[in-house]
Amino acid sequence: MSANEFLPLAVIASSLLPGLIIFVLPERYLALRTTLNLLGATAKIVFIAILLAGVQAGESYGFRHAIAPGIELVFKADALSLLFITLSAVLWLLTTFYAIGYLENAPHRSRFFGFFSLCVTATMGIAMAGNLFTFFVFYELLTLSTFPLVAHRGTSDAKRGATVYLAYTLIGGACLLTGIVWMNSLAANSEFVHGGFAAAIGSGNETALRIIFVLLIIGVGVKAALVPLHGWLPKAMVAPAPVSALLHAVAVVKAGAFGVVRIVDEVYGAEFAQSLGLLLPLAIVAAVTILWGSLRALAQDELKKRLAYSTVSQVSYIVLGIAMFGPLGTIGGLVHLVHQGVMKITLFFCAGNYAETLGIHKISEMDGVGRRMPATTAAFSIGALGMMGAPLTAGAISKAWLVDGASAAGMEWAIWVLTASSLLNAAYFLPILWRAWFRPPTGSWPEELIARRKWHETAWLLLLPPLITGVLTVALGLFPDAAISPLTWARFIADAEYLTLPK
Amino acid sequence: MSSEMIFAVTGVLLFAIGAAGTILLAEPLRRVLAFNIMGSGACVVLVSLAQRNGIADPVPQAMVLTGIVVAVAATGVALALARRLNRLTGDGGSGAGAGHD
Amino acid sequence: MPAMIEVFALVGVFTVPLLWAALAFLLGPGRGAWLAISGSIVQLFLALILARNVLADGPASHATGGWGAPLGIDLYADGLTAAMLLLTQVVALPIFVYARSYFATGSPAARHFWPLAGFLVAGMNALYLANDIFNLYVTLEIVGLAAVALIAAGGAATQVAAALRYLFAALLGSGAYLLGVALIYGTYGSVSIATLTPLIDATAPRAVSIAALLMFAGLMLKSALFPFHFWLPAAHGDAPAPVSALLSALVVKAAIYLCLRLWLGPFAPLVQVGAWVPGLLGAGAILWGSAMAIRTPRLKLLVAYSTVAQLGYLFLAFPLLTPGAAVLGAVTLQAIAHGLAKAAMFAAAGIIIHSTGRDTVAEVAGVAERLPLTLFAFALAGVSLMGLPPSGGFLAKWLLLDAALNSGHWAIVAVIIAGGLLAAVYVFRVVRLAFLNLPKELVEDQKHAGRPVPRTLEWMAFGLAAASVLLGLFSFQLLQLIAVGNLP
Repeated sequence: MSANEFLPLAVIASSLLPGLIIFVLPERYLALRTTLNLLGATAKIVFIAILLAGVQAGESYGFRHAIAPGIELVFKADALSLLFITLSAVLWLLTTFYAIGYLENAPHRSRFFGFFSLCVTATMGIAMAGNLFTFFVFYELLTLSTFPLVAHRGTSDAKRGATVYLAYTLIGGACLLTGIVWMNSLAANSEFVHGGFAAAIGSGNETALRIIFVLLIIGVGVKAALVPLHGWLPKAMVAPAPVSALLHAVAVVKAGAFGVVRIVDEVYGAEFAQSLGLLLPLAIVAAVTILWGSLRALAQDELKKRLAYSTVSQVSYIVLGIAMFGPLGTIGGLVHLVHQGVMKITLFFCAGNYAETLGIHKISEMDGVGRRMPATTAAFSIGALGMMGAPLTAGAISKAWLVDGASAAGMEWAIWVLTASSLLNAAYFLPILWRAWFRPPTGSWPEELIARRKWHETAWLLLLPPLITGVLTVALGLFPDAAISPLTWARFIADAEYLTLPK
Repeated sequence: MSSEMIFAVTGVLLFAIGAAGTILLAEPLRRVLAFNIMGSGACVVLVSLAQRNGIADPVPQAMVLTGIVVAVAATGVALALARRLNRLTGDGGSGAGAGHD
Repeated sequence: MPAMIEVFALVGVFTVPLLWAALAFLLGPGRGAWLAISGSIVQLFLALILARNVLADGPASHATGGWGAPLGIDLYADGLTAAMLLLTQVVALPIFVYARSYFATGSPAARHFWPLAGFLVAGMNALYLANDIFNLYVTLEIVGLAAVALIAAGGAATQVAAALRYLFAALLGSGAYLLGVALIYGTYGSVSIATLTPLIDATAPRAVSIAALLMFAGLMLKSALFPFHFWLPAAHGDAPAPVSALLSALVVKAAIYLCLRLWLGPFAPLVQVGAWVPGLLGAGAILWGSAMAIRTPRLKLLVAYSTVAQLGYLFLAFPLLTPGAAVLGAVTLQAIAHGLAKAAMFAAAGIIIHSTGRDTVAEVAGVAERLPLTLFAFALAGVSLMGLPPSGGFLAKWLLLDAALNSGHWAIVAVIIAGGLLAAVYVFRVVRLAFLNLPKELVEDQKHAGRPVPRTLEWMAFGLAAASVLLGLFSFQLLQLIAVGNLP
């Protein structure tokens, strides 16, 4: 096995093997479990760094395994995969630290970290899938490995939330499977390729291809929380904060959005999809989701639920970007995939901090929390400003590219949607910031679990991750054109998809 | 009708009667008898149809012997089970109440 | 030399179990268990040798005693046979290890289990090797009688009643089959499959069609196809766990194997007109079996109804089967994956019931803390039954969907997808209880309550479940094997 074949497998193994070992570790082996987790996460980042350097230099990495005559498991680490993989790996490392701090002394930690690692493995597999079959295998593996995480707390609420999650994702999976098998029967080879392969079988099969597109989008749209398939997301908030952080920034919703990217760009090809008239309906669905998510967020008093609806809205920015015909929109969508991940995970880390330190779950309980927990609230503010698209944050960059892409594609109405969404974002984030910084605290906190010691407002493990991602949000906004920034990478990807690229 | 057809038709009739009995009767003992009639019917068909060219064909007769052995074994198992069930529940498995024979 | 080994494998794979079954009967349950396990290891070896030979050199055959057909008994092993032989030995071995720990010493079930299990396995192996329809009848009867006796071996009234009902259903089925054999012999003067296949074509006389009808009806009764499944839930649900595992995983597959052989062999020209019948009945089985599994409060009954539903998949594919089609690989893979997963599931259910003493789904919440490996095994087996990746069940489902889409059978596609979702409902009914937190007081009680469970039981269940999942990644050679002798 050559190095080029070994590396993709190594990326997968770096979270699969620790996960399997952790499953059989008894609860009390805290140090060993932590070591395994961190070792795996660090190893993964090392492998990914090698991959990044290689792909930029033009190397190709892949691995094949024949499952049955005519069916192959194909891994391919190309530029688009690496965008998603890097985001996942870096955020996984931070979330692991956070989870260790969050779940201190909680029961069933071995089970949690085992499934946590499996979840990341599945995400890596989705990112590196080289054909629809492999994509589906890891997509359903993600469903199976996230179910125990949502149900982790074991209360009847958790059971209900997990059941709803499962129902949505399994039905979505059934649609996805039908679409994929159908596509496979029409096209001899369903490997992802720049520009898509559906055009080659397009003549005479238009109706079938349209129906397949709808099935595929329903399948990935459940995870990407497209309206009306988003119902599971707010209910899944019963999970512990590290799970919500992982689900909403990294794994599940991004996997869905990533699926949309692969389907539109590498199965159908943007030009062919446009010619079948598929992109405009997709853009409309995305726009409806953006507005609906933001509107529902306004009505929520529970902090995590508001953030959940905000995610519903924000992930559809990515879908909207992809659905805009043209390289600018694609770049905007891809770069937002990374930026939204970093910003949203900051917000969820902070929400978890509020709950773990002071027992705060509702926004109405957040008066004056900025004085008690200034660092956390500062990070929260940066994340919120990023969501609104405020200048100097990562959110501003993605919004700028999306707006450019909309006008280049002749979809001026999308600019209105994006503007309206920014205003709605301000409408539901600014009041929180106002309450936190400028209102005096209303007496005692619901439940002070971690006492304040001088300027040490909460546990280090809970505080550092959101601070790091907050700084990253600003850095991505200040240095978008750096050599290794997500924007540069997104342009690199769009370069291969579209033949011309404006400067 | 030639002799072998008479035998064959009889065999089929026996089979049908036996099958109906196995399905419709309630008491295990009667069902065992019915199943034996069914098996006999199949065996008669097997032997009779093989006489077509006027000479007795030994192969189906060997098969029928095997079939009889199988039927005896099955009957034995069925009777043993029925008796055990009768002893355990007192109603011979047909739900007709105790003391019925 | 190679030919000798092949002959030895062909003959040994059913004489070895006969031998140790007889010895087990004479020497008692203690030694019987060891005889069974060592014999099964030998059988597994032989099955592997046979599979390798068939894959390399094509179908193997041997005329026992030097007397070939039509007077003697021919043994014939093509890819399908070799695959089914592998399934039988691979499932039987862990189940025997499981049974050794499961049966408390001295119980009547333990005393009778080993010889009966040996005859059961011998009968099944001989069935897969048989090449004429009468020999198939004999081996089918051996398997049926051994299965009936195994169900009743525990001695309880419910088990005996279930066994008796199964016996009458089985006898009815094989009686119909025998009449079919009689009619075939009367028409053609031969019972050898190799001779009959070229002789029967679309212009065959009416008696042959009637014979086909009788034989398929009888076999469908024995394979518990809806609506002839009435005997299965009680028989598989009330028997001891190792027996249920053997029955659901292996015995019903024997009857279905026969259906496949006849459908693709002698009766191929006649069946196309009625191909939709097993498809429709299979769909009914999936829907009805899943519905009953979702509703029943008893754990083993849930798994038994799941068998009824899963067998429906196998029959659902019959409209797609034509000689030389690749669908045979998909159907066989589905049978093998189901065999492994169902054996694992019954093994896991048996452990749970052994620990709590009660057979209800609700009990699972209580044991999750103590038996994580068992529940993981149950969940893994469930993944294969639902047809989720990366399991063997998923690969089979994919291949079936592909075949159905390629031939335009949309209804079959819809039923397969619906079946997977329904299976998810009843599997997660059990699995999600594993995550339910009991109040702290009950947790401490549970840690000390319940009977201790030997580790062997859990590892056997886990091993079978893991096998059904790994099958999804490593079945390339298996599919090639099945194609030997069946694809032009």
